[in-house]
Parts: sequence; structure tokens; C-alpha cells
Amino acid sequence: MKTRDLSELAVRNLREAVLRNSLTTLGVAVGVASLVAMVSLGVGLQTLASQRLTRSGLFDAVFVTSQRNFPGARRPQSADATPKKEVRILDEDIRAQLAKLANVTEVYPQVRFVTEVRYAGKNPTTSVLGLPDSSKSSGAFEGITGAYFSSATADEAILQIEFAKELADQPATLIGKDLVLRYAERGALSKNAAGNSSLLGGLMGGASPGISIVPREKTLRIVGIIESDPSAGIGGFGGGRVFLPLETAERLHVAQPGDLQTFLNGDAAKPSYMALTVRVRSPKDVPQVETAIKQLGFSTFSLLDATKGLQVVFRVFDLFLGLFGSLALTVASLGIINTLVMAILERRREIGILKALGATDRDVRSLFFAEAGAMGLFGGFFGVALGWLIGQALNWGTAIYLHRQDLPGVKISYVPWWLALFAIGVALVVSLVAGLYPAARAARLNPVEALRYE
Amino acid sequence: MPTSPILIQAESVSREYRLGESVIRAVNEISLSVQKGEFLALLGSSGSGKSTLLSMLAGLDRPTSGAIRVQERNLSELDTEELARYRRDTVGMVFQSFNLLPRMTLQENVELPLRLAEVDRNERESRVHEALERVGLGARGQHRPSELSGGEQQRGALARALVNRPTILFADEPTGNLDSVNGEQILLLLREVQISLGMTILMVTHERPLAEKFANRIAVLSDGRLVSDGVQP
Repeated sequence: MKTRDLSELAVRNLREAVLRNSLTTLGVAVGVASLVAMVSLGVGLQTLASQRLTRSGLFDAVFVTSQRNFPGARRPQSADATPKKEVRILDEDIRAQLAKLANVTEVYPQVRFVTEVRYAGKNPTTSVLGLPDSSKSSGAFEGITGAYFSSATADEAILQIEFAKELADQPATLIGKDLVLRYAERGALSKNAAGNSSLLGGLMGGASPGISIVPREKTLRIVGIIESDPSAGIGGFGGGRVFLPLETAERLHVAQPGDLQTFLNGDAAKPSYMALTVRVRSPKDVPQVETAIKQLGFSTFSLLDATKGLQVVFRVFDLFLGLFGSLALTVASLGIINTLVMAILERRREIGILKALGATDRDVRSLFFAEAGAMGLFGGFFGVALGWLIGQALNWGTAIYLHRQDLPGVKISYVPWWLALFAIGVALVVSLVAGLYPAARAARLNPVEALRYE
Repeated sequence: MPTSPILIQAESVSREYRLGESVIRAVNEISLSVQKGEFLALLGSSGSGKSTLLSMLAGLDRPTSGAIRVQERNLSELDTEELARYRRDTVGMVFQSFNLLPRMTLQENVELPLRLAEVDRNERESRVHEALERVGLGARGQHRPSELSGGEQQRGALARALVNRPTILFADEPTGNLDSVNGEQILLLLREVQISLGMTILMVTHERPLAEKFANRIAVLSDGRLVSDGVQP
């Protein structure tokens, strides 16, 4: 029998015992829905975690340091062990060179300093951190009160809530107000000035220009307050209590601990960095960028291996959720077997007639197979829709719960296209396997005995 | 009447059934030949073995021993698939209880053998229409069996048996569920088909008057044996 005729007959047969077949199909749908809901939860949580981790800058960032910074305390450098290589310094030129590497999106130093803040007669000391442009899309500022910086060079500040509470009882009232930063500015002295006024220059015998350290003040407009501490870590934005745009922070030329070392190395006019953070397009670009940076003669560090470990954990998590979800589908397959075996008993005479009219065993087997497959296919489609709805309900419930906790909503269930196709495929395969026995039994029926059946 | 070639040849055909410890021989060493275009009535009382013999000749059952040759083919040597094709392409069947599928319309019932034979869709419609017209049910195609009288159902079943243009028509008590008027109508139709299409017809019945009126030849069975075989005048 042709496939089209077979399908038409199968659907017609299913429509005849509509209640029983619908219930069986519903059983498959519930099985598929539980599978989809479980796996979508796993996928959703994995996606959520990945997004958060990616946004945190932990996994798409390479932390670059000059090799001289960390010589290794336990392994004192031996003069004759290896030929002494020239140590390269992280300066503006290198920063520009790193920015030009393939798949690099941003290169920025970590500008962090502890200083005094003045506001309304209070002058607490706190840590200040410069934020690169990418921090805006990092998700760290999702629940911000007020706004993010108006530009990358704005004289604006965002405060961490705990620090804001130190300045005012009602932190929200701080927005739009000005605060003053007091800090030590580092400057390079000219050769003439070095001989006369720099103590350090004097100590060096006037051979190289010195550096000046001058107290300064900077007025900043408070534009936002964030409740949670942005995630800390390599390349992250945590640890600060007052945040400024990175360029604004860099323009302050705040004296850093590394300045003394730079000065001793002889080129005080050219500022250098303790470390630079290199952000790449996606975590998969990290190894290639790391290799390129190492070839330039710098030390690198990334948390890529940690991501791989995390992926393994999620794969196992998905597997277990999938197994639990499949249990319902297994029960549903028993329903298919039961329905089809019942159908054979009821349609015994019909099978006899079909055989008398010339249906081969294969025709009869295919017909029952097609009916099982149709139930699986309909159940699969319906189940995916049902599973998606369950996922949406989970998302909705989570959003309400988080909203009540004053937290931003998250999507914990996600049905990717591959999961929908996979679930329909599984439903079809399970149904066909379930139909094997009934189909074989129907095909084996003796036509004379089947025709006698009342 | 000139002698026609032999179409069906049964040689010492037996069929045994095992019932617990005992063996029941429903058909006992029957030898029979049927010529092309013949209308043969197998007559006998209930349990005489006539329906069992018909089932074996129609390829629905296999003999325990003996051989059945149809168009030079030994049915016993055909595998299940080949036997199904024999039923589909060479044989048409009409049953006592009509055996139309109740959930299908008459038209769909008649179309069923064409689906099984994978006849082209465009051709099916005209062949179904032709078969229904032949039995006088051209206007009833969209009705379900439950909406038809017994006589109409049996005529519908006859249309279904004829739609694949078989060589042999087997009828198992075709008038058994019909009143005498409808019974005669069906047999008139069978006779008409035999004459106009040159079809070979084997009919099982226990109604001697009808057999004598319409068949060319009557073979009588009793206790699984052929007791008489004679051409009608």
C-alpha cells in the first residue's frame, strides 16, 4: 500500500475510536511534556548561568601582566639557569597592540585606588574603581537606581548602596548631588625640575627625570546607586564602592603602587600598567588570544578551564533531568501498546477482511505501525507545546517570586529548537517501538479465523 | 458448449484441524477441477466442509495435504506475500455477512482493494463508479453500510469484489443473510457478471433450488468428501 493511502487509513482509524486514541495520545503528550519541561529547565538554568558568568567578564577575559610583576616567590630566579630575557612593560603602546589582536573587543587597565570622599561634611575613605564601556552590558547594573554614566568621559559616579547609606539615610536622595574625591595625582617631572625638586630624582643622582605626587580634588555628580556588588574576580568589576567611567578615572592619574617600580626602571614619563584586562568576542576565542599575548612576552591568566568544568556539570544535570522526564514517556509507551493490542482484538474481523481483499502481512503491520507513529507524532507536537507552556509557567512563577523579593526576573526555562525536534523524534521512536509488538501480532492473524470473529 | 481450459485444479486436498487430542478432517481428499467461465455451486449441509474448501481455493487457508493449482500455480508453494497477491489480483470474494467496513462509506469500501493494489488515484474513481453502477448502487456511494439494506450491502460487497477485475469470484453463502427476493437479485447479478465478463464463479450455498437455478454445475459435499459433481442441464 502506498504511504499516502496508509497514512489516510491510519488517521481514519484513529478518528474512529477518538476518545481512547486521544487519551493515549494525551499520555504520550504528557510524557513528552515532562521530558521537555525537565530538559528545558536544565537548558534554561545552564543558559542563565552561562549568561551571568559571561556578563561577569570571568570567561571572556584574559588577564595580562608583565612577567616582571610575578617572578614567583618560591622559585628565585637563577642567573645562570636560563638566559635573561628582556622584560617587557605593559604601557600605552602595548595596550594599543593588544587591542589590535584578532577577536579582541576591548583592552583596559584596572584603575582602582583607595581614597577619601567628601560629601556633606562626611569624609569616609573608600575604594574607587574605573569601569570600562563593556560594564554597561554586563548585567551588573540591571537593578540600578538612577542611571548609568552618560558618557565614557563624564565626571559622574555610581555608588554601591552600603557606601551610599554611609553618606545619606535615604540613598536615593544622593542622585544628582555632587561628591568630592581627594586623591594623590602622579605626574612626570621635567629633567630640570628633577634635579631641584624631586626627592626621588635627587636620590637617583639626577640621571633620570623624577615623578611628582600632588594632592588633588575632583568633583563628581552621583548618577546611580546599585544594590548588589558587581561580581568580583579577574577582569570583573567588583570590589569597588564608588565607580567612575574608566577614562575619567585614568585622566585623574592617581598614583599607583607600581609607579615607583616604573620610576626605578627609568622611564617615569611613560606611564605603565600593573595589569591589563583583554576582553574577547566569545569564551571560545580565549585560547587563541592567550597564545598571541604570550608570544608578545606577557603572562596571561583566564578562567576558561573553569567554564569547561561547569559545562560537564550541566551536561550531567541535563542527563538526569532527561532521564526523569523519560520515565513518563516510558509509561506513555505502555499506553500505546495497550491501545493497539485492544484495537487488534476489536478490529480482528477488519484485519481478516483486509487480508481477504489482498492485504499482505506487511500492509497490516504498516497500518498498525502508522497508527502508533501518528499517535507518537501528534503526542510529540502536543507534548512540546505543553512542555513549553509548563516552562513558561515556571518562568512566570519565578518572575513573580523574584519580583516579591525585589530582584530582577530571570528566565529559568528555555526550549531551544533542537529540544523541540529531539522530543518529537523521541516520541515518534518510542511510539514506533511500542507499536512493534501489536503490529506484528496483527500481521500474524490467520484471515479465516479473523473473519469468523464476531 | 466448447470445452474451456481448466482454471482451478484441486488434487486430493485435505484440511485437518487439531481440537485438543482429536484431529478433525474438515475436507477429506477432494479432487476437483473448474473450467474457466464456469459457475460452480458447492452444495452441502452445515459442517460438510464446503466453506473450508472455498477458503483454500481462495488462498485464505492452506490444505494440510494435496495441491491446489490455479492458472498453473500451486497455491501450497506460494509464500504468505505471494498468496496475498493472489487474493488481491486473481480473486474476488463475497461473504455471507457482507463484511463491509462499517466506518467507511460504500465508495471507500469499494476503493479498498484498489488502494491495496496501489492503483493510481485518478483511475480509482472511475473504476469504483463503474463497479457501483454495475450492481445498481451508483447513487449510494456516500452512504455508510449501516444506511443500506441487506441486499444493497451484498451488492456493495459484490462491487468491491469486482473492482479489481478478478479472474475468479468466490461467494460464500452470498444469500445466507438475505430474503428470497434479494437473494435472487444477487444471484442474477452473479450470473450476469459470469456471462458478460466471462468470470469463473465458485459459490458455496446450502440452498439447492437457487444453485440449480443459477449455477452451471453443482458439486455436493458431505462430511468433507465430494459426493456428487454434475453439470446442470
